[in-house]
Amino acid sequence: MKILTGNDLASGDVTWWTGNGWSRHVEDAVDVGEQGEAIAQAEEGARRVNGPYVIDATATPDGPRPAHIKDRIRALGPTVRPDLTLKPADPSAGSWVI
Amino acid sequence: MYKYDEYDHSIVAARVEEFRDQVNRRLAGQITEDQFKPLRLMNGLYLQLHAYMLRVAVPYGTLNATQMRMLAHIARKYDRDYGHFTTRQNIQYNWIKLEDAPDILAELATVEMHAIQTSGNCIRNISSDQYAGAAADELTDPRPWAELLRQWSTFHPEFSYLPRKFKIAVIAADEDRAAMRLHDIGLQIVERDGQHGVAVYVGGGMGRTPMIAPLIKDFVPFDDFVSYMEACLRVYNRYGRRDNMYKARIKILVHEIGADKYRQEVEAEFAQVKKLGIDPPRAEFDRIAAQFVDPAFEAGLSDEIDRSDPDFAVWLDQQVVAHKQPGYAIVNISLKPIGGIPGDASSAQIDVMADLAERYSFDELRVTHAQNIVLPHVRKADLYAVWQTLREAELADANLDLISDIIACPGLDYCSLANARSIPVAQKIATRFADLGRQRELGELKLKISGCINACGHHHAGHIGILGVDRKGVENYQLSFGGSGAEDVSLAQITGPGFSEDGVVDAVEKATNVYLAQRTQGERFVDTYRRIGMAPFKEAIYG
Repeated sequence: MKILTGNDLASGDVTWWTGNGWSRHVEDAVDVGEQGEAIAQAEEGARRVNGPYVIDATATPDGPRPAHIKDRIRALGPTVRPDLTLKPADPSAGSWVI
Repeated sequence: MYKYDEYDHSIVAARVEEFRDQVNRRLAGQITEDQFKPLRLMNGLYLQLHAYMLRVAVPYGTLNATQMRMLAHIARKYDRDYGHFTTRQNIQYNWIKLEDAPDILAELATVEMHAIQTSGNCIRNISSDQYAGAAADELTDPRPWAELLRQWSTFHPEFSYLPRKFKIAVIAADEDRAAMRLHDIGLQIVERDGQHGVAVYVGGGMGRTPMIAPLIKDFVPFDDFVSYMEACLRVYNRYGRRDNMYKARIKILVHEIGADKYRQEVEAEFAQVKKLGIDPPRAEFDRIAAQFVDPAFEAGLSDEIDRSDPDFAVWLDQQVVAHKQPGYAIVNISLKPIGGIPGDASSAQIDVMADLAERYSFDELRVTHAQNIVLPHVRKADLYAVWQTLREAELADANLDLISDIIACPGLDYCSLANARSIPVAQKIATRFADLGRQRELGELKLKISGCINACGHHHAGHIGILGVDRKGVENYQLSFGGSGAEDVSLAQITGPGFSEDGVVDAVEKATNVYLAQRTQGERFVDTYRRIGMAPFKEAIYG
C-alpha cells in the first residue's frame, strides 16, 4: 500500500493522511493508491501540511507499517527516548520500529 | 566575555523581527515552503524527522551563566526539557514549533544569543579551543581573533550565498583541540618577530570527501588578517562549484586546482583587497581583546588538592586539566553517561552547570566540539565541591577522551539526512566498556560515530570511526581506524565490509583486544594502529 505523510506546518508534528484529514497516528493512515501526489499538492496548497510525500507501507492488523525504518521512526518517535514517543507506555513499540 | 555593542543589539533585534514577519507570512500562506525554507535556514531552523529543529549559535563555544540558564529556559518552555550540544560547539533543540520560533529568538536576544548563520551556505559559527584563555600551553587567547572574524562574517553581503557552507576554526596552541585542519579554513595564531599573526590552512573538511587542509600561508600578520580572509573567501566564491553540491566545498576547489594555484589566486586577490582598507585598526582589535582579559585570579593559591576520596581522585585525574594560573584548574564536564545520549543535557543539568560557572568559574562555560562542557577557571580548592554538585546532577562521569566519551551525531533518531542511527551504537559501545577501570586501561581512545556520509559525528577523525549506512533499508555500520582531529591529524581508513549494530560493537571490542596485545609502552590505540597497520586488526575482526 501507499500512504501519505508530512509535517504539520505550525507545530512540525509528523502527520498521516486519513482520507479526510491528517492524524498524528500512522494507524489512521489510508491507502492513497495513485492519488497521493494530487492529495499532497492540494493539502500543501491549503497549508494543512508541510512537505508531504508518498511512502510504501505494509498493511497489518494494527494498521499500516511504513516500509522504511526512517518513516517508522517518524511514526513513533526517537528509539533512544521511549518517553518522547507516541507510545511511551508500550514496551513493544521499539520492536515495531526495528 | 564579549559584550554586544549597540550595533550588535540592533542587528540581532532587527533579524528577530524580520523572521517574525517571515513566519507570520508563512503561516498565513503568503509565501510557500520553497520560499520560506532558505529564510528559516538562515535563522537556524530546520525541519527534521519529528519536528522543527533550532540550532542556536554559541560563538567559539563560550557562554556565561545567564546565557546557559536561557538555554535551559528555552528547553523547558519551548522544547521537551533538554538540549543537544553539537560538534560545532552549538546547541540544538529537537521539538520546536514554528509558531514559537520568533519568540525563542527574541528571548535569546535578551542574553546576546541568536541562531544566525547556524545553517545555510554562509560562514558558520566560528569554533575554537574550549580551553581558550585558560590553557597552560596557548600562545594567546584565540577568541579575540575569532570574535573579529564573527563580526567580519556576520551578514557579510558577499559571502551570504557561497557555493556551500563554510566553517572556520581558530586555535593558539600546538595541541589542536578544535580539529582545526579539518575545517574549510583553519587558523593557528603564531608569533613571528614578536608579533602575532596566523598560519592559514585552507581546504580541510570531513563529509563525503574528507580532506586535511594544506598550509596556504605560514604567517599573515594582524594588519593583513581580515584582507587575507576576504581574499581566501573571494577566490572560493569565484571558482567554487555551484553545479554540484557534492563538489562545492572549498576542499574540492583546493584539491582540484592544487594548493599552489589556490595560493597564487589568493595572493593576487589579496593585492587588490588590501587596497580597500578593510583591515580594522589595531585599536578595534584591542577593544575586542579587552573583553577577553583574564578574570581576577587570586594570587598565591595552593596547588594542593585533597585526594582522600577515591571516587573524586579518579574524576580529578580524568576530567581536570592544567590551567595557566597557579591554584586554578580547567574542569571538563562529561555529557557522556554510560548508556546515555552523547551531548544531551536536561534543563535541570544545564541549570546546574550554569550555577557552577557562576559560583566557581568566573561566570564562564565552554561547549566543546566533543559535545562536553568546560568550566574554564576553577580554583583547585573548589574542585571537590564542584565534583559533589556534578555527582548529584549525574554529571560526574570520569571518561574524558576514553572509549565511552563518544562523539555521535543525532543520526536517524532525529535527523532527516541520516541513513542509520548513531546514538544506539554509542550507547551499546559505552555499555560494553562500562567498567571505568577497563576504559582507563585502554587509555585515550577517541571513538566517533556518524549516521550518514555528511560526517557530523566526525567519524573520519576517530581513532575508531563508525559510519552508519543504509543497505537496502537495513542499518549497516562501516568501521574505520586511525583518524585524528588533533595535531597529529589523519583520516581514518575503512576496515572492510560493514557490520550490523551488534556486530560493530563486537568488532570494536576485538580491535581493542588487538591493541592491548600489541601495544608498546605509552602507545595509544591510534599509535599502535599506525605502527602495526590494519592487517592484525582485520584478522581479528573478520577472521
